[in-house]
Amino acid sequence: MPEPMLTLEGVHSFYGKAHILNGLGFSVDRGEVVALLGRNGAGKTTTMKSIMQLVRPRRGQVCFHGSQITGMPPHKVARLGLGYVPEERRIFTDLTILENLEVGRQARRADTPYWTEADMFELFPNLWERRNAQGKAMSGGEQQMLTIARTLMGNPSLLLLDEPSEGIAPIIVEQMAETILKFKAEGLTVIISEQNLHFARIVADRAVIIEGGEKKFDGSFAELENHPEIRDAYLSV
Amino acid sequence: MGLLVAQLLTGLANAAALFLVASGLSLIFGVTRIVNFAHGSLYMLGAYVGITLMGVLPGAVGFWGAIVLAGVAVGLIGVVIEICVLRPVYRAPELFQLVATFGVILVIQDLTLMIWGGEDMLGPRAPGLKSVVRILGEPVPQYDLALIAITPFILLGLWWLITKTRVGILVRAATQDREMVGALGVNQSWLFTGVFFLGSALAGLGGAIQLPKGGADLLMDFSIIAEVFVVVVVGGMGSIPGAFIAAVLISVLNVFGVAYVPQSTLVLMYVVMAIVLMIRPWGLLGREEKAGEHGQIGEPQRPIRPAGWIGRSLVLALIAFMALIPVFGSTFTQVLIIDILIFCLFATSLQFILSTGGLVSFGHAVFFGGGAYVAALLVTYFNTPMELAFALAPLGAGVLAIGIGWFCIRLSGVYFAMLTMAFSQLVWSLVFQWGEVTGGDDGLVSIWPSKWLSGTTAYYYFTLAMGIGGILVLRHIMHSPFGYALRATRDSARQAEATGINVKQIQWMAFTLAGAFAGLAGGLFVFSKGSIFPDELSISTSFDALIVVFLGGVKTLAGGVVGAAFMESAKDWLTRLEYWRLILGLVIIAVVIVAPDGIVGSLRKLGERIGIVREEESMR
Repeated sequence: MPEPMLTLEGVHSFYGKAHILNGLGFSVDRGEVVALLGRNGAGKTTTMKSIMQLVRPRRGQVCFHGSQITGMPPHKVARLGLGYVPEERRIFTDLTILENLEVGRQARRADTPYWTEADMFELFPNLWERRNAQGKAMSGGEQQMLTIARTLMGNPSLLLLDEPSEGIAPIIVEQMAETILKFKAEGLTVIISEQNLHFARIVADRAVIIEGGEKKFDGSFAELENHPEIRDAYLSV
Repeated sequence: MGLLVAQLLTGLANAAALFLVASGLSLIFGVTRIVNFAHGSLYMLGAYVGITLMGVLPGAVGFWGAIVLAGVAVGLIGVVIEICVLRPVYRAPELFQLVATFGVILVIQDLTLMIWGGEDMLGPRAPGLKSVVRILGEPVPQYDLALIAITPFILLGLWWLITKTRVGILVRAATQDREMVGALGVNQSWLFTGVFFLGSALAGLGGAIQLPKGGADLLMDFSIIAEVFVVVVVGGMGSIPGAFIAAVLISVLNVFGVAYVPQSTLVLMYVVMAIVLMIRPWGLLGREEKAGEHGQIGEPQRPIRPAGWIGRSLVLALIAFMALIPVFGSTFTQVLIIDILIFCLFATSLQFILSTGGLVSFGHAVFFGGGAYVAALLVTYFNTPMELAFALAPLGAGVLAIGIGWFCIRLSGVYFAMLTMAFSQLVWSLVFQWGEVTGGDDGLVSIWPSKWLSGTTAYYYFTLAMGIGGILVLRHIMHSPFGYALRATRDSARQAEATGINVKQIQWMAFTLAGAFAGLAGGLFVFSKGSIFPDELSISTSFDALIVVFLGGVKTLAGGVVGAAFMESAKDWLTRLEYWRLILGLVIIAVVIVAPDGIVGSLRKLGERIGIVREEESMR
């Protein structure tokens, strides 16, 4: 069995004095789409940030392709091929769409799909029409597309998508699902954090449920269906 | 007509150096969010390095080569400063960064004195551009015309770099969200260092390029920095074209000011600034800064609580001890303690607005000196009895604070800091230039207290009562509902507003209160010395207060008092040393990096560690 692409082991992360991740561990294989599920405040975003080292785990380790990345500066993590799409999108509103893409551009990597600006505009045609508009003039859905496109310009091999379906119109959510399946077909590995179980089931191969910073479930969606008590305990509001 | 054109050209030529320095400051601020107070020092270094290089390199090529090399050299010095001083404090609150760069000013002042000596140096004239051209009959130096021709190219080059290149795009992105830029794979620490190099090099270029029109002296750093702040504030922080427009505006204005209203040259600039800010609070080309856009940085502040019985008894014992000092202490000791007490009150008034209110004022001396001048002017011109003049000192300073506060409170963070500094400079220049009334540089003398207070011991008790009384009143206000509201505006202006607190009004009131208490200290000061000079209104007095609050501990209540007492005592022997600024500067930088909690904060942490002081219960 091949070595997993990304492994978290006993990760403890804090915000100041608040203990958010409590010994979290899971792994992701190459080519997989894994959904991180859990309620608000369960630690999904902190998990993403702890992988990127935007939050440094105080204990435990994060390994990418078998080597430790814990404690590395985020820009080095990004250059190893981890692409982070934050929940708040964080596009550069003073820059045009083209300039936003330029910020994300990194050199081509041998082992990952290669994306150009043209590919991005093919993927998200709306962006092309507004390529010279400033980021602040965009709708939520457009911002979400731009932030994904910006991260893809760095040619990541593993994409971290933090709540991509949040706050966008249902029709765009559907497009988003198609897009993520397209990434999977291109050979991209994806971790997606979601509250929308329906959306997660469409795009993901496997579910990891976290609650209180700990892993509560790790398995297929079929398995999750057979255990409604898990869903009730950790996902229903 | 000819004269008018000639003056306009002089103004445009003067704008060159000012624009270079201001654009560098703006660039550095835009990306790092640090207002580099040492930027004037880099300008000064550019001048000195330029003179030295011009002495070595021959001919016209040597002259222009020396200017460029001076820029590069100062850029590299900027890199050293960035790596050694600023990198450790990027995540610290704004005040810490500002104080660190102030430490750099002191270090550079003494290093410059060591290397080049204290003599003013005259700049060499530019080879091939030594004569004048007649324009409409008026002589205009050739070098001025050269500067006017060069500046637009520098502006264009910078504009191209920022808007058209990948580096420029990254710089602008980092201005908005540095962490995200890092998460996208950009090494932002080198981006910062690069920006610091460029910004410093521009300041160095500015210093070197003005040499044929001026020279190099040890006061250049402070004299340009106030002007540069005005330019940057008027033009809009972070806007290079804004810096250009404002530099031209201010320089041209200065030239016409010298020609037509010579008494008010310094004042004019600040008046223009005030008008611009009334209409556009973020400057001509600046954009609105939303509060909290860059998030709260640093640890959250601890809640404050009244002193326990141990603390109270200690303070009581100290006061009792001080009341007994005239019994066994010498006159000298009493005078020293009077100085210390006055400074403690002044520092506490700053601490009030700075720590409790979160408003970093860089011009607090204007209220200290303002109060002193109010009393001194009343005594000099109206023979006002000392008691009334003394009572009007805090009142006058309070009224001044209402006026200045009206402008400043509209802004926050570094904008607020720079605006307070500019207004204090406005008052300083008024006092300095309006010699007929204020005595100018010679100050006002013979301002003595009434007969019943004329002895040292009598005045000692008077200062003790007023000083400690003032400090206790301020402390009480910090613990009052008003103090609670003020702290709420500091910690989260938006939430405070949502709970029904009128944020701006509370801040304005606090600013006025702090000003009045600084004025009280000023009143005590002027009658203890018998005289007052413009120095007491100057930037360096404001900085003295900031530094003692900082040394004492920003996030504490007693920081101002402890820091001021420590500093006034230490100053006595420190200033005997030849290079005391260097030592003080290094100490300040070290404190910022190593012990940012200050004296009181560090002692408290130590106390908690060894178990004397009870630790705050944590949130969970």
